[in-house]
Amino acid sequence: MIRLPSFTYLAPRTLAEAATAMAEHGRDAMLVAGGTDLYPNMKRRQFEPKVVVGLRGIRELRGVRVESGGWTIGAGTTLSEVSTHPAIARDFPALATAAGLVSSPQLRNMGTIGGNVCVDTRCNYYNQSYEWRKAIGFCMKKDGDICLVAPGSSRCWAVSSSDTAPVLWALGARLRVVGAGGERIVPIAALYRDDGIEYLAKRPDEIVADVLLPPADGWRSAYLKLRRRGSFDFPVLGVAVAARMNGDVVREARIVLGAVASLPRPAERAAAELVGQRITRDLVTRVADLAAGPSKPLDNTDFTHPYRKRVTRVFVARALAAIGGLGDGGPASEEVA
Amino acid sequence: MKVRIALTVNDEVHEALVPVHKTLLEVLREDLALTGTKHGCELGECGTCTVLVDGQPVLSCLALPLETEGRRITTIEGLADGARLHPLQQAFAELGAAQCGYCTPGILLTAAALLSERPSPTRQEVKEALAGNLCRCTGYTKILDAVELAALRMERART
Amino acid sequence: MTKNDFAVVGQPLPKVDAWAKVVGETRYADDLFLPRMAYAKLLRSSHAHARIRSIDTARARALPGVYAVVTAADLPPVKFGILPVSQDEEALCADKVRMVGDPLAAVAAVDEETADLACRLIDVTYEPLPALMSIFDALAHPEVRIHEYGDGPNVHKNVALQFGDVDAALVGADLVREDVFFFEGNTHLPMEQHAAVAHWTSDGKLTLWSSTQTPHYVHRVLAKVLATPAAHIRVIATPVGGGFGGKTDPFSHEIVACQLSKLTGRPVKIALTREEVFYTHRGRHPVLMWIKTGFTKRGDITGCHLRTWLDGGAYGSYGVASTFYTGVINPVTYKIPVYKFEGARIFTNKPACGPKRGHGTPQPRFALECQLDKAAEQLGLDPADLRRRIVVEPYTKTANHLTVTTIGLGECIDKVVEASGWRAKRTRYGVTAAMGSQPTGGSREGGAGCTHLVQPEPPSPKKPGIGIACSAYMTGAGTAIYWNDMPHSGVIVRADRSGGVAILCGATDIGQGSDSVLAYLTAEVLGLEPVDVQVFPADTSLTPVDLGSYSSRVTLMCGMAAIQAAGRLRDAIFKAVARKLEVDPAALVARERKIGVPDDWDKAVSFARAVELGEAMHGVLAFPGSYAPPKRAGKYKGGGVGPSPCYSYSACVVELTVDEETGTVDLRDVWIAHDIGRTLNPLLAEGQVEGSIYMGIGEALMEEQVFRKGLHKQPSMLEYKSPTTLETPEIHTILVETDDPEGPFGAKEVGQGPLLPVIPAIANAIHHALGIRIDEVPITPDKILKALELRRRGKPPRVGPERLPLFTFKDPLVVESAFGQPADAIGVRPFQS
Repeated sequence: MIRLPSFTYLAPRTLAEAATAMAEHGRDAMLVAGGTDLYPNMKRRQFEPKVVVGLRGIRELRGVRVESGGWTIGAGTTLSEVSTHPAIARDFPALATAAGLVSSPQLRNMGTIGGNVCVDTRCNYYNQSYEWRKAIGFCMKKDGDICLVAPGSSRCWAVSSSDTAPVLWALGARLRVVGAGGERIVPIAALYRDDGIEYLAKRPDEIVADVLLPPADGWRSAYLKLRRRGSFDFPVLGVAVAARMNGDVVREARIVLGAVASLPRPAERAAAELVGQRITRDLVTRVADLAAGPSKPLDNTDFTHPYRKRVTRVFVARALAAIGGLGDGGPASEEVA
Repeated sequence: MKVRIALTVNDEVHEALVPVHKTLLEVLREDLALTGTKHGCELGECGTCTVLVDGQPVLSCLALPLETEGRRITTIEGLADGARLHPLQQAFAELGAAQCGYCTPGILLTAAALLSERPSPTRQEVKEALAGNLCRCTGYTKILDAVELAALRMERART
Repeated sequence: MTKNDFAVVGQPLPKVDAWAKVVGETRYADDLFLPRMAYAKLLRSSHAHARIRSIDTARARALPGVYAVVTAADLPPVKFGILPVSQDEEALCADKVRMVGDPLAAVAAVDEETADLACRLIDVTYEPLPALMSIFDALAHPEVRIHEYGDGPNVHKNVALQFGDVDAALVGADLVREDVFFFEGNTHLPMEQHAAVAHWTSDGKLTLWSSTQTPHYVHRVLAKVLATPAAHIRVIATPVGGGFGGKTDPFSHEIVACQLSKLTGRPVKIALTREEVFYTHRGRHPVLMWIKTGFTKRGDITGCHLRTWLDGGAYGSYGVASTFYTGVINPVTYKIPVYKFEGARIFTNKPACGPKRGHGTPQPRFALECQLDKAAEQLGLDPADLRRRIVVEPYTKTANHLTVTTIGLGECIDKVVEASGWRAKRTRYGVTAAMGSQPTGGSREGGAGCTHLVQPEPPSPKKPGIGIACSAYMTGAGTAIYWNDMPHSGVIVRADRSGGVAILCGATDIGQGSDSVLAYLTAEVLGLEPVDVQVFPADTSLTPVDLGSYSSRVTLMCGMAAIQAAGRLRDAIFKAVARKLEVDPAALVARERKIGVPDDWDKAVSFARAVELGEAMHGVLAFPGSYAPPKRAGKYKGGGVGPSPCYSYSACVVELTVDEETGTVDLRDVWIAHDIGRTLNPLLAEGQVEGSIYMGIGEALMEEQVFRKGLHKQPSMLEYKSPTTLETPEIHTILVETDDPEGPFGAKEVGQGPLLPVIPAIANAIHHALGIRIDEVPITPDKILKALELRRRGKPPRVGPERLPLFTFKDPLVVESAFGQPADAIGVRPFQS
């Protein structure tokens, strides 16, 4: 059996206590909510925290609330709860879809939306046991100093592998982040950095506490996920599209690609092309071609990277077609919200 | 560092002194001698070690006992009602849904959670509920059949 | 006997071990906990190919909680291997490592965590050697030798057999096709990771409990490698949590656990991690294939020439047999009057390949069935009709001198063609249909209401297709792994005064239900219920030898032995009951737990009473049964691989859709008809078919064991893609009965054969859907898009291997074709009386 290394476990009751504990232990400490990302990585010795700060006992992290200004989803809300929440499915179908496509039913019962937003970047040179990584000579993300995907590179190219992050970005979500020195509210885009190692733009003591969503008025959204199997697998391409419609004319739109870079990658030019337009097949084709531009996968996940790039265009087209009511165009219906 | 924990497993309280980093899977098997819970990867990638915590299927290989204190844990040893098998156990045995039997405990518990939430699932719903449990022997066919049979029998028993 | 005469046979009974399995009571190897038990871990090589300069275990030994550390120096310098001709493995590598994951040292400690930590404290210095990671690499670098033995540098085995004048047969053909295919390697992935517990007690005796399919072979190897009398070693196979051929070799971890137990005086458990299971492997060989076949206009095969190159990995394992199996089983399915086969197994620095479900035959089956499909297309013949026409005649010999008995393949083809709606779908789906005006999307939904759509609905990118393929597989190898004249299977039946019956048999239940089959057959013969029969399996000190759960041999061989043993018990009891009832023993029957004369059933005595009468007359009632297959080895060198008492047949139709924009394949339905000879239990038989289909689907579409930079690319359950419930289609199983005279109550195998046709049926259905050929598995979406892209560029829409190795096969052993000759004597075998 592959087992966890030893550590000290702290179980704070409040966010403030948790942030204080994190501040006190600095880089030696890591947060755990569902444990579905942290513990496998600890078993493979990708993470070696001396202190684990458990968030499970913090009540304020749980639950979904609707207020006049929009929605608040506690970061500790499980992915199962998010995916089956009737009002989320109604107002933010892409979010319900994305949460419901994360890994497997068991892991969705354990894993939280905060955990998925902060999920470690992945690379098939990195998500391996200590012995495997030792045999290949380690990489810069852990224990080594080169990138095995792009050996000449000075940076790490591990892949953002969250299903919910591109959707939340497309929906204009903000995050409430609580640290030892207070809290701040930031657009979700500001959480991410284009680096496989330092992929989160937050201090170690800062805890993602809430996901805040604006009211869904007029927004339609869709999420498509590419992976080998209908369960377990991380996305190797995610396409999130959200559009605010006025009748059949697009007023505002965002297209965000997942799992093709170290952070969710917005396709801004493509989205801009939609604004003020009716969604027609010609427009879908044009926008899909543009959206595939920022998709720059490397050979460090399942499937070949040229294939992932190629499917980006198809998925963007299908997601747009779904939003524009042009028929599903083909993909498995459960993947279209 | 060892901690004293009290786990409620199959409606019985078990106390144990275990290292913090020992997973629920390891404690169930090695400290409580409940070896009915199996393991196939210990990394959350196969579903074999599924147990129920407060009625929900979770992976015991990624759960810490500390985090499950005060919650209701059900393992395969607790699925039957005393000597009376759960209808799922009966159906799995009758229909040949267990071949090597190694994934069977995890699948039975996952299916039990499904049926308590959704007593008459469609075949597609059963497939989705069991999508996190790998089986290499059966092609899932007899497993799906057995869940459907158990659901039917439970439905009949209720009416 | 006819079907209606059976009481137990043919009934959908639960398996005898089902109840323990559904309540979690079955004790697998890792569920064993003994007092004072120590836990062992192996240190494995981090180099694909290297000399070992030194191993320093001092730091590990000094770690508190460590009981013992061993290296090759602590074991007798004896190599082992499953086949007598390939004794090339070491429990712990002494001088050289040949793959990442090769075992170097082992630690026994107070717990697994300590053992693991100690392994990390062992210092090894290596002198790296070039790693040869493919067939091409290994052949291009004869100066780097992975092993010093074999049929040439890095060539483990080179075989060439020719039956008749193939060149002449090809010249006379109306169509000659030459095709090249590649089948990527994949692995068994049993849910249970290998585990073993060894206990070398103070009386000098050793017991090993292990998750193994072959306790007898493990027993033999332990005696050899540990230099200990076999008489003092007992091997018990625990219930196996999935095997599929992956637990059929004796393994390093088993040997090391024994040695550590000897040194520590404690029971020692060793349980592999999932990653280690990938290194232990012995799975499907990657095989490159060239096949040239001649056809007449009507679709008859005039002759066939097949070349195979197997990527064997770092050790021999079953590889010599695997090499033969890529060639010798092919002529059992269709009439091939003359046949030539050349095969070579190449060593590479990867985990050793070996026997995975279908052992060596799914790869050439894929090649042959795809080539048949191409030929049918060129000849303008329906692929099902072509196959139906060329099915081998029953009770004849093949070109390579294999005797075939019953053949239900014609009926299998008819049944799947009918059940699947083959003829209508063949016309309605597919590229030719798509060129017409008919919409081809959505095979299930039909025309959903779309009248109010403003924009015209574009054609769906999901194109339906339907494909067929067939196969045959052996019911147990006709020869043992080590040459001998002893039984392949033995059973002892013992009756006790309670009316219960005990069966002792060396067979190992790996989930296929061998314990149950033994109980069913014995109950059938003795007129009992299976619950009255207690099966004690797989214990080398108690049970007669069965060679192991491989080669689809157990139901037939143990079954025949059980029927013989139970028949002897019945005869003895009948004699005593006959005296008591003053009737002729021949007038008696055994049924409903009684023995009596059917016409005077009121006087029938209970089985328990009958046992008492029998015991009073004969003494203890314990009877042996023995089975060895008919001696039918071809009278040429190599003729021992391929013969089997009988062969099963399968025909499979797959319906699917392929998304032409993403290349994604969505399986809808699989229909399979399988000639099983006789269904002993439909639930278990269907379960074997469904499991085979599932495994075939994984191999066809997603599973692959691939390497990068000398390492396994994805040794995890997450990245090695095993299909979930969501990828598994509806499976429609049809069992065809031919009542084979060689099998127990007419039964043939069902555990492996049904896997074979699935893979080419999928490939052929994809061709039907899109008009493209993917001549290599797994058929992944990127390959489908690549083929479509080739077609757009006006090139042949085929993706597959582009080159073959430069390699000289041996001069073939030329033997006359025995095609069409009458079968050897049927039902004649050793130990019959």
